[in-house]
Amino acid sequence: MGSVTSPAPLEIERTESVEEVFAVPEPDVPWVTIVHNDPVNLMSYVTYVFQTYFGYSKDKATKLMLDVHHKGRAVVSSGSREEMERDVQAMHGYGLWATLQQDRK
Amino acid sequence: MPGHFEPLPGGGAAVALDDVEISIIRSLAVQLLELIGPGPAEDTSGDPLAELFAEGPSEPPSDPVLRRLFPDAYGDPGAAPQAKEAEEQRAHSAEFRRYTENDLRAGKRDNALAVIRSLDALTSAGEGGAVLKLSPDESRRWLGALNDLRLAIGSRLEISDEEDSDLLFHLPDEDPRKPMVMAYLWLGGLQETLVSTLMP
Repeated sequence: MGSVTSPAPLEIERTESVEEVFAVPEPDVPWVTIVHNDPVNLMSYVTYVFQTYFGYSKDKATKLMLDVHHKGRAVVSSGSREEMERDVQAMHGYGLWATLQQDRK
Repeated sequence: MPGHFEPLPGGGAAVALDDVEISIIRSLAVQLLELIGPGPAEDTSGDPLAELFAEGPSEPPSDPVLRRLFPDAYGDPGAAPQAKEAEEQRAHSAEFRRYTENDLRAGKRDNALAVIRSLDALTSAGEGGAVLKLSPDESRRWLGALNDLRLAIGSRLEISDEEDSDLLFHLPDEDPRKPMVMAYLWLGGLQETLVSTLMP
């Protein structure tokens, strides 16, 4: 499988050139959902939401909840903009304060 | 047991409530329903197509409680963005709102209605208080509604950081906010014990 047969390099070259032609000016940076701290939501409830909606383990959900509580915010999911809008809408449905943004840096 | 949900064998949860407690939760849930307002169908004489295509608002609500329940989806609350970026975030938040706020309002309305219905079923069955029993599905609706009620009261009491809550919890008895703070704490206990019955 290792040795290169003649058509293979041709195909690779073609794929590369196609990507170059259609290269988007803005790099395809993923989006993230951020949950912000607020003093009303119970810690147990926030953990419950992370476990129930995202299907995270108790440990992961608890760690994210503590990040929200101590650092004021935590990235709880990442993906396409559409997926993150869906997550933010779900968080608002649960009463959590969430926003989405492109994950710059 | 009073003010505390306990898990039911086989799923669901139960709590003992007296008449005063029932009427407090019911009245708060009704106020929340009134604040959230009717669905688009009720504004468009029941036309199902009009309801389907009805767009939500693009502006954030002016009421602080509603602004907390339906926050902007774009924008970093801790940052002061450049004018151009702020403009962009406003536009994205407005679009998000148009396509999601009606659904979000409907979900919160359904939860509050579920609370009212289960309480009404309870009062007609017993006298001087009773044990409220919730199915797992009703428990989840109650959990959402209790959280929305606490968010609403928290906004009205202007609880915006931990220090505010500390201050409110040590109010003198004659403070006019005291009864609302007591209700807020009591609902917190209900929610805390209800969530523990639902923990996966």
